[in-house]
Amino acid sequence: MNLSRRQVLTLSASAVAVAATGLGPSVVFADAAATEKSIAAFTGGKSPATGKITLNAPEIAENGNTVPISVSVDSEMTKDSYVQSVMVLAEGNPNPGVITFNFSPMSGEATATTRMRLAKTQNVVAIAKMNDGSVFMDKKLVKVTIGGCGG
Amino acid sequence: MAKPRPRVKLPKTASAGEVITIKTLINHVMESGQRKDKEGKPIPRQIINKFTCEFNGTPVFSCDIEPAISANPYFEFTAKVMESGKFKFSWVDDNGETYTHEQGIQIK
Repeated sequence: MNLSRRQVLTLSASAVAVAATGLGPSVVFADAAATEKSIAAFTGGKSPATGKITLNAPEIAENGNTVPISVSVDSEMTKDSYVQSVMVLAEGNPNPGVITFNFSPMSGEATATTRMRLAKTQNVVAIAKMNDGSVFMDKKLVKVTIGGCGG
Repeated sequence: MAKPRPRVKLPKTASAGEVITIKTLINHVMESGQRKDKEGKPIPRQIINKFTCEFNGTPVFSCDIEPAISANPYFEFTAKVMESGKFKFSWVDDNGETYTHEQGIQIK
């Protein structure tokens, strides 16, 4: 097949365009709305109060692949009054969900530590649900130097 | 991938009613499902999606895990021990496998 110079140029241009759209933003990030939705699903529509829960996260995370975080909730942890679960969310990750810790009166204290991934600088949110249904929230901004979500 | 091997650190003895700290670690890639291979195809997600800790058959602590947890997931939590017994830890993989570890504790 013989192609004119013009045909070759238009073909290659469209090929570039296709490649560009195909490669586009490879990672779709969660937005605030998705985070709000997860919070509502967890709390059952209640708006969380501040206090009781503390989220510990570094101010600056050099490597987004392993960011140490810990949560602790002020509670007696007895059969009548204990923390049922704590959900951790990352607003700027591809999916907002990170982890849900489920405690029991046998936990003794409502504290837990883990390591998480952060794709970029963003807010990390922790929400605690008590056995009486009340919810508490804490939020921390973590600055990320190198993101940790593939790509 | 190397076979996941759980590692758990908890005291051998404790006094009754003491709140002990338990540290657990398991080697696992925690493939998030967001990454792509050299040909641009997405690498399928494979993570540990659940971790549970039981003491003498009673659930103490558990967590539901999303892909945002780092590779080689590490969990540190507490438990109140009233009697001697055995802790059972299990990690549930996306591929249906469960890795378990048991470790006992004595009351002084």
